[in-house]
This record gives sequence, structure tokens and C-alpha cells, in this order.
Amino acid sequence: MSRIAKAFENKKAFIAFVTGGDPTLDTTEKLLYAMEDAGADLIEIGIPFSDPIAEGPVIQEANERALAAGCTTDRLFDTVKKARERVTVPLVYLTYANAIFKYGSEKFMQRCVECGIDGIIVPDVPYEEKEEFSGVCESYGIDLITMVAPTSNDRIKMIAKDAKGFVYCVSSMGVTGVRQEITTDISSIVKLVKEVTDTPVAIGFGIATPEQAEKMAAVSDGAIVGSAIVKLVAKHGKEAPRFVAEYVKSMKEAVKRAEK
Amino acid sequence: MSAGRFGEFGGQYVPETLMNAVHELEEAYEHYKNDPEFIKELDQLEREYAGRPSLLYYAEKMTKDLGGAKIYLKREDLNHTGSHKINNVLGQVLLAKKMGKTRVIAETGAGQHGVATATAAALMGMECEIFMGKEDTIRQALNVFRMELLGAKVHAVESGTQTLKDAVNEAMREWTNRVDDTLYVLGSVMGPHPFPTIVRDFQSVIGKEIKQQILEKEGKLPDAVVACVGGGSNAMGTFYEFIPDKEVQLIGCEAAGLGVDNPKNAATIANGSLGIFHGMKSLFCQNEYGQIAPVYSISAGLDYPGIGPEHAMLHETKRAEYVPVTDEEAVAAFEYLSRTEGIIPAIESAHAIAHVMKIAKTMTSDQIIVCTVSGRGDKDVAAIARYRGVELYE
Repeated sequence: MSRIAKAFENKKAFIAFVTGGDPTLDTTEKLLYAMEDAGADLIEIGIPFSDPIAEGPVIQEANERALAAGCTTDRLFDTVKKARERVTVPLVYLTYANAIFKYGSEKFMQRCVECGIDGIIVPDVPYEEKEEFSGVCESYGIDLITMVAPTSNDRIKMIAKDAKGFVYCVSSMGVTGVRQEITTDISSIVKLVKEVTDTPVAIGFGIATPEQAEKMAAVSDGAIVGSAIVKLVAKHGKEAPRFVAEYVKSMKEAVKRAEK
Repeated sequence: MSAGRFGEFGGQYVPETLMNAVHELEEAYEHYKNDPEFIKELDQLEREYAGRPSLLYYAEKMTKDLGGAKIYLKREDLNHTGSHKINNVLGQVLLAKKMGKTRVIAETGAGQHGVATATAAALMGMECEIFMGKEDTIRQALNVFRMELLGAKVHAVESGTQTLKDAVNEAMREWTNRVDDTLYVLGSVMGPHPFPTIVRDFQSVIGKEIKQQILEKEGKLPDAVVACVGGGSNAMGTFYEFIPDKEVQLIGCEAAGLGVDNPKNAATIANGSLGIFHGMKSLFCQNEYGQIAPVYSISAGLDYPGIGPEHAMLHETKRAEYVPVTDEEAVAAFEYLSRTEGIIPAIESAHAIAHVMKIAKTMTSDQIIVCTVSGRGDKDVAAIARYRGVELYE
């Protein structure tokens, strides 16, 4: 069983996101340890990109900070490789098509394997374009994780049928970022996914509070939180790991409550 | 492979949230482009509202002064709103209306596409919001007020380099936020399919008119057609009709800023490499890790790190040639055309004029060049004054 499948085995998963290299790669490494220790079941690491079109202001600014501080794809790979010696939860990269394409998708996947990356999420590669990376992902055993959105409707089954790793269900319209309220009818989206696949479904975009996490995890297999964590990193900088750990702990507990 | 490919270029690299929206647009366009009622309405708007056909003007003084090929100017600057952008916008906003949308959003660089979109939205009773890099709202302050006057809301984009690419990012983000009642009216032959095709088709009226007009005036096709290229809409509109006419040379002029060897340039064909960005696979100015380069040009309309996918194909197949033109050359051409012909071109169009000035004298008097003057230069007067050291602000 893959590390990703294991993260969802007999439990609801709490998935934590952090932008690599924000504010430093050293902090990213410490955050990986802190988040795992605090109970994160899977960690998404954002490879910073100059123009992250699916991100709201919080993660956009994190990308800018990381690039300004000198984070590159190669340096981030090195950091992940080092952290992998200790971290056991699945690690997934989130980045944009061009970061992988320009690096060379073959070389990129090779390094993913070397560094213990389990999957990739590429928000600007929809189902119709997945062939750009799916072949090479498959030959290196990296899950290309697909997204479904509130507008997907009749596309949901088509996307879910071929899903690898987990299905990333986008909770709301728009870009990433904390939201007061999630109004999409998530349970009917999850239901459609479940009709065609056993691949777990996790919900992301807009989740910040334990109440939201519990609610989302209750109707799916897990909750993904990005902007709320990145906000803590922006606020506390190099001191962020202990604040993030505390937050992840409370979120993990909330997700656990949804298991009942 | 997905729809909308020009060779390996093009495609639909957008977030899942937008996929049904681009499919909906594609279906609507495929339907309405053959709908006699739509065609009639658009034709009427172009003639009665935008002032088409635009003139094909024989630049006699320029021809004599340069002493070579006969030079004709395609006067897109005389269109309503002052540029070729209106051609595409009337088509797309009319399409939006047919699709039942009530709101349009758009990016803008120099402000010409924003002004055109705001104009069409006012005419057709649509809500309109324009995204413009903050840097550009300063360079083109007059156009910001013009859009507001037309009833549009203008958002100054403060992320990234605060120019055209960031305006596109923000417009795409806004579209993911609201697709039900909103159409993103993209201003160039770029972005995800079907935009490069739709924009090309609506702009191809430029080349169709040129062909008819030059045959009337000269009884033969031109030897070269020349246009400036940022994303590439006026160039694609100029070129498209001539692609099958192999004897007609197609020349696109890119913004080389301070020079192709200087980091401050926006010459994508000269310096770019294959990548995936803004919904398309094409050529982009970028670094080894695929980070999009912060490009530069004196012209806000050409200050873009990519190029439309069909241009990338025309370049690869060598059907078209793309040449870099520096700020200095463009400003000199801006001044030259103003003095010689009494036509103040947009600084974007001046890039094409600059190249005509270089090649005309290497050609013979029985040869013909047609250069598209994509827009008028009123918007640039203050910036050119400052470039020449005159402290003039709008």
C-alpha cells in the first residue's frame, strides 16, 4: 500500500500545506517535522512559482517571499531529501505546470523519487491536459492528484474514475484563502466521486477553523489547510514551527472528531 | 491531447474550476460564428459603430523619404476607441450577451483593450471590471479615467511586476471566482483555447480588408506585411488572411526594450523558451526553473513575457519572421511618423514602423510593404515627452 493510501486508512486525514522556502528552507524543514509531530497525516509542499494563478493573496505572498529568499526547485528538493530521513508521512508537491515542464518532467519525477515525494498536484493542469505529466508520473510511481471543483458537474465522474492518490475536492469558487463560510454542496460532489472510485476524497480551499475542518472531514475523507498555516508562517517567520504545531494539533483533533 | 492546438502550442492549461466555462465559450462560439443573425449584428457594429473598414493609406512622403518600397499604412488607429482592440471586443461582448452573461472582465496593458471592453460593455449594457497592473495605471493614467468614465471599475493590480502579466493573473483569478454570469474578454491571441482562435477570427478583418484594398489600389499582393507583437492580436489579425499566400512575407516586431542582450526587454521570440503559462503551451521569457521573467518595454501593450501559440507555430514553421525593436528605435519611429505623415502612432505600433524604416530602403520601388498602425499615440505623448527629458505629466 502506498504511503498516500495509508494516510487515509481507517481514518480521516488532516492535510497540511506549506510553501517551500518561506521564509527560509531551514524553516520549511523544521515545519515538516513540527507538522508531522503535531499529527498531520499528509503534507503538501508548495514549490514557489512566480505567477500562482490559483492562489489567493496569502499564498501568493508566500511564493514571492520564498523566491526573493532564493528558494529554487533544486534547493527545495535538497531540503525535502534531508527531511525525508525523519519524516514518514506522505509528502506531496503542489506547483504549477511550468515549474515541472521547464525543469524537465522526467528529471523532475526522478528527483521526486530520490527525495521521497509521493505525489504532485498541478492546479493548472486539468483532466484534458493530464497527459502532459501522467505518463512520466506513472513510470516513476508518483501519483498525479486531480482536482474537482464546484463547477465540475458532469465532469466529476470522468475525473474521479482515473484518480490517483486522492481526489482533491475544491470547496469553493475562486482562489485559495480563508473563507467565513463554505456554501458549496460538498456532500453531493463527494457522493458522485464515490460512485466511481475508492480513491479517498479530501476537501480544500477556505478551511481555517477546527469547526470547518470537522464539518468538511465529516462529509469526506479528509481536510486540507493551506492559507491558515501560511498566515502563521508570515506572522511568526522563523519562529513559526511551534505556532504551526499548536494549530495543526487542534485541527487534527477536529478532524478526528469527524470520525465518530 | 486537448483541443485548440497549433502544432504543439496552445491547449487549455487552466484550473478545473474554469474548464466548464471554457467549454461553454467554445460551444457558444462554434454556434454563433455561423449564425447569420450574429454575423449580421457584428458586421453592423463594425461598420456603424467602430467605423470599419479602416483606411489603407499610401504613405507617400515616407515612401519618398526612405527611398525604397512603397509603404501603405493600415489605419487601425482610426477605429472608434483608437485601436484594433475594438474588433475583438465587439465580437466577444456580443457573444457574451448571446450567452446570457451580464458581466465582462478583462485585463489591460496600455489600457487600449480595457477602454475597448469598457466601451462595448457600455454600449451593450453589461457590467464591466478591468484589471490593470499598478505600474501601468501610472504609465497610462488617462486611460484609467477613460475606462471609469465609460462606467467600468478599474482594479490596480499590485502583485508581481504590476504589469500586463499580473493583470492577466488577476483577471483569471477573478473569473474562477465568478463564472456563471461573467465572461472573461481576453484581449489577445493568447490564453487557453478557445481564446487564441476567437481573438484571431475577430481580428482577421484587418488582413481581409488589407487584401481587398491593396488589390484595388495596386492590383497585386504586398511583398511584406508588418505588425507589432505583444501577445500578438493585431499581428495575427494582419497575417491570417495572408498565410496561404507564400509570396507575402509576414513580419512581427517584438519589444526589445533596452536591447535583446539587456535583461530589460520583452522579446519573447528572441529570448524565450517553450513553457506552459496563462493557459497555453507557447514561448515565454523565463529562467531555468520556469519562473516567468519580469520583462520590460517602454510600451505597456507589448510588455508581456509570452506570445500567442499560433505565432509560436508561425515562428517554428518559419512562415513568419519575428524581429526585435528597441525602445530607442520605437521612439524615433514614433517621432518620425508624426513629423513625416502627420500620424501619431501608438508606441506599440511605432515598433512596426521602426522596422519598416529599416527594410523599406533595402527594397525596390515596385515592391510594397503594408504596416498595421494598431493604435493612435495620444495616450503615449506624455510618456514620450518624459523619455526625451521633458517633465510632462497628464
